[in-house]
Amino acid sequence: MQYILISMSTRHILLGLLAKGPSHGYDLKRRHDEHFPQARPLAYGQVYTTLQRLVRDGLAEVAGTDADGGPERTLYRLTEDGAREATDWAGQVTPPAPYVTNEIFAKVVVAILTDGDPASHLLAQRAAHMERMRELTTLKTAPGTELATVLAADYALNHLDADLRWMTTTQARLTTLTAVTVEADRA
Amino acid sequence: MSNRPEPLVVARDLVKAHGRTPALRGAGLDLGAGEIVAVTGPSGSGKSTLLHCLAGIASPDEGSVTYAGERVDTLPERRLSELRRTEFGVVFQFGQLIPELTALDNVALPLMLAGTARGAAQERAADWLERFGAGEQRGLRPGELSGGQAQRVALARALVTGPRVVLADEPTGALDSLASEQVMAALVRTARETGAAVLVVTHDAQVAAYADREVRLQDGVTQDGVTAGLEVHA
Repeated sequence: MQYILISMSTRHILLGLLAKGPSHGYDLKRRHDEHFPQARPLAYGQVYTTLQRLVRDGLAEVAGTDADGGPERTLYRLTEDGAREATDWAGQVTPPAPYVTNEIFAKVVVAILTDGDPASHLLAQRAAHMERMRELTTLKTAPGTELATVLAADYALNHLDADLRWMTTTQARLTTLTAVTVEADRA
Repeated sequence: MSNRPEPLVVARDLVKAHGRTPALRGAGLDLGAGEIVAVTGPSGSGKSTLLHCLAGIASPDEGSVTYAGERVDTLPERRLSELRRTEFGVVFQFGQLIPELTALDNVALPLMLAGTARGAAQERAADWLERFGAGEQRGLRPGELSGGQAQRVALARALVTGPRVVLADEPTGALDSLASEQVMAALVRTARETGAAVLVVTHDAQVAAYADREVRLQDGVTQDGVTAGLEVHA
């Protein structure tokens, strides 16, 4: 299983989930995985560690315990500061791709540096991207697919599509560069 | 690849020039029964010319096109017209619906041209408009339809005669992303239900992702099968 979303702010997502009312760690983990169905599932340990930090920072507080026929669980709720923090974070503009650290980009650069074959690599990478886009398209168009899954698939498809457009442009630049180099060698 | 269906349309070594400008320089592909294939490539790579050669709209200067074992590129016009009327459904970027006719009559027209009585043709046309989610627009003329609605009517018209092959040239080229998604989902769902083979020419990778596989055209040459033996390093 390949997940669509790789990294997010767990801290702010838990604040967002707590905005719907008090909840315990197990329930928060379950609801996280429902809301981000294509993301890497949240580990229980990460949920509890994050909740403790939220309490420490005054963004959440213990609201009692809930047994519900099973083991006793600690309930957490948002504080006013926590509610403000969640709203502020969701409203902040995300820096638009500040660092170009993509692995495909790095591999093309290394292939050029080592006199490799970046054009063949880009062709193979394109095929891998298309394969993944086919999987995601099948996933999002299957009958009864949850909205959260459709949104996650759309997000991933658009990013893969952007990669593909960059790869196409790069391939065209490499072809032009090769033609210029060959011309210069002849002269 | 070994799991591909038996080829229904086979193009080999196609060469075609528009005046002095070469469009195809040795292109070829196989389209299997029930298969959905996307032909992609940059502008001017020869995608539309390839589709026109497959549909018998244009004749290649060299090479061959066969449909179910029959050479298409050397057929007399009369037999070609028959093929296009009964075996092929063709869709273009701007639908090319007849502006004076309602959506219903646009879809019924190919059946009437093939000899079906008007009432029966309209009944079947109405079914097909429903399948493409355009039933409510049956009484509207093309000028009253949105781009997405017009393309769904055009798809219904292409499929109403039960063709074994659907050839679509940039069917979503003029649509926004959500309308494009609705058109492609309807096309793929219907093709799966009817077993029609579909060839979609597109410059859009998200449209190509609806297909079973991609054939890439670059400077008039096809680069097929790049997924074979592919290794992905995570």
